[in-house]
Amino acid sequence: MKLADKTASELQELLHSKELTIAELTEATFKRIQELDPKVDAFLALNEEQATKQATEMDQTDATERGPLFGLPIGVKDNIVTEGLETTASSLILKGFNPIYNATVVDKLREAGMVIVGKLNMDEFAMGSSNENSYYKNTKNPWNLETVPGGSSGGSAAAVAAGEVPFSLGSDTGGSIRQPAAFCGVVGMKPTYGRVSRFGLIAYASSFDQIGPITRTVKDNALLLNAISGHDEKDSTSANVEVPDFTAALTGDINGLRIGVPKEYFAEGVSEASKQAVKDALKVLEEKGATWEEISLPHSKYALSTYYILASSEASSNLSRFDGIRYGYRTEKAGSLLEFYMNTRSEGFGDEVKRRIMLGTYALSSGYYDAYYKKAQKVRTLIKQDFDKAFENFDVIVGPTTPTPAFKIGEIIDDPLTMYANDILTIPVNLAGVPAISVPCGFDNGLPLGLQIIGNYFDEETVYRVADAFEQATEFHKETPQTWEGAAQ
Amino acid sequence: MAKITKEEVIEVAHLARLAITDEEAVHFADQLEAITNAMELLNELDTENVEPTTHVLPLVNVMREDKSIEGLPREMVMKNVKEHEGGQVRVPTILD
Repeated sequence: MKLADKTASELQELLHSKELTIAELTEATFKRIQELDPKVDAFLALNEEQATKQATEMDQTDATERGPLFGLPIGVKDNIVTEGLETTASSLILKGFNPIYNATVVDKLREAGMVIVGKLNMDEFAMGSSNENSYYKNTKNPWNLETVPGGSSGGSAAAVAAGEVPFSLGSDTGGSIRQPAAFCGVVGMKPTYGRVSRFGLIAYASSFDQIGPITRTVKDNALLLNAISGHDEKDSTSANVEVPDFTAALTGDINGLRIGVPKEYFAEGVSEASKQAVKDALKVLEEKGATWEEISLPHSKYALSTYYILASSEASSNLSRFDGIRYGYRTEKAGSLLEFYMNTRSEGFGDEVKRRIMLGTYALSSGYYDAYYKKAQKVRTLIKQDFDKAFENFDVIVGPTTPTPAFKIGEIIDDPLTMYANDILTIPVNLAGVPAISVPCGFDNGLPLGLQIIGNYFDEETVYRVADAFEQATEFHKETPQTWEGAAQ
Repeated sequence: MAKITKEEVIEVAHLARLAITDEEAVHFADQLEAITNAMELLNELDTENVEPTTHVLPLVNVMREDKSIEGLPREMVMKNVKEHEGGQVRVPTILD
């Protein structure tokens, strides 16, 4: 029996009917990882011993006490701390770091009965769009092993796309869940800022970072967001708002839905294939009773610059904690305290991290603060207002997730500005803080394309409803990549 | 267009506590100059009467009750420390 293409509810049926035990499911998951991960390179640390023990114990739990995610395997992005399981954020500076507590989302996964099978590769400290900034390895796109999986949650998207796990957690600061989800042909949700606790998420840019689920179907995605959402005293920026049952929103009914389609998301640099896939998707949604209109989000072209100033500034402050004293990498070469700090940090951080720390330090330094940082904060207001205005008249905003499909490994790694431009369609969402999902909507030369559906603050329900209606009407999510062929598990 | 010199990069790196070689400084100077020049696009917007956004949600100070909460046990806190002794972090000698 192949388990890789099963959804959460299909796996639950097998567990419920005793055709499958949690121990068997866990064993099959590790076998598939052993079989495929040498090609895909999605996983860093594996949690096999602990997971196997947990699974055997969980098989004893009565069916009446099991929730919809009970006993199901999940992988976690490596910037989310897991007690006793090495967590590095794909950086040398955290090599060997063993967290002494769990992130709130990890505790919530455990409460839901999920089995954490391992940690997933990413761009170092979530800075990057290709996973090439990992200190440890390059994750490959399961659809074409010569191309990148996207980033920074590249491992999280690739592991789900390869069927190694049905669920993963990623984090999204400027597109880091949606862009890799689009590149890997899976479903990735960035919730509203504040929907999910950031406690235990290794901070990159705190006013943007948000944890979210990556899955193969919209329903599984909604199930996982149910499990991880909610106010947390340990994160003072988490929102004290009610958490609805997101799966209840999946009615299939989008009759009368008003869609805004920003003309700026079809500008220069966005490939014809991406544009066409979105136009086709709009037809599908129209057939289900939705209407759409072209709109303008006039400040979109300023989003990239605004984001890199603000996110780098926040990063330069957040990453000052890595000093080699209490944990993490420590230099061997230090004649003075200053040298100790400087050598530890330059040896421990990779180039992209250094670039952003320096950019942020520059933008915050005296003489440049008003010109860069404060200016960018003001433009952020204008970008947020674009969305506020659009949501007065529309229920969702729809466009491509990325300008192009996945690019080749090594192709643009030496050109930071071209790399940054990958996130041009996802970044405005983080600046505003609204929720957005990427769902598979087509292929370009065998590589997946993503449809981005953006919702109003704390209205993930409408986003999921539209995403699910689209998924039900199309077959893209049923396609599987070449890495599945011949896999035994 | 702002010009970023090698010297400025070395100064910024120093502020950020990063040691970089002259060669790296030249490389980073070119890249940071390209990035900051692209960012000057923002100057075409008049933002004089626009309030800055520091946070997307309307948050005010978050307070909790003023009572002591037990912290993590010391042996756990020491778990990731390279060298420690008597419950204290050991660092290399940096003073003569």
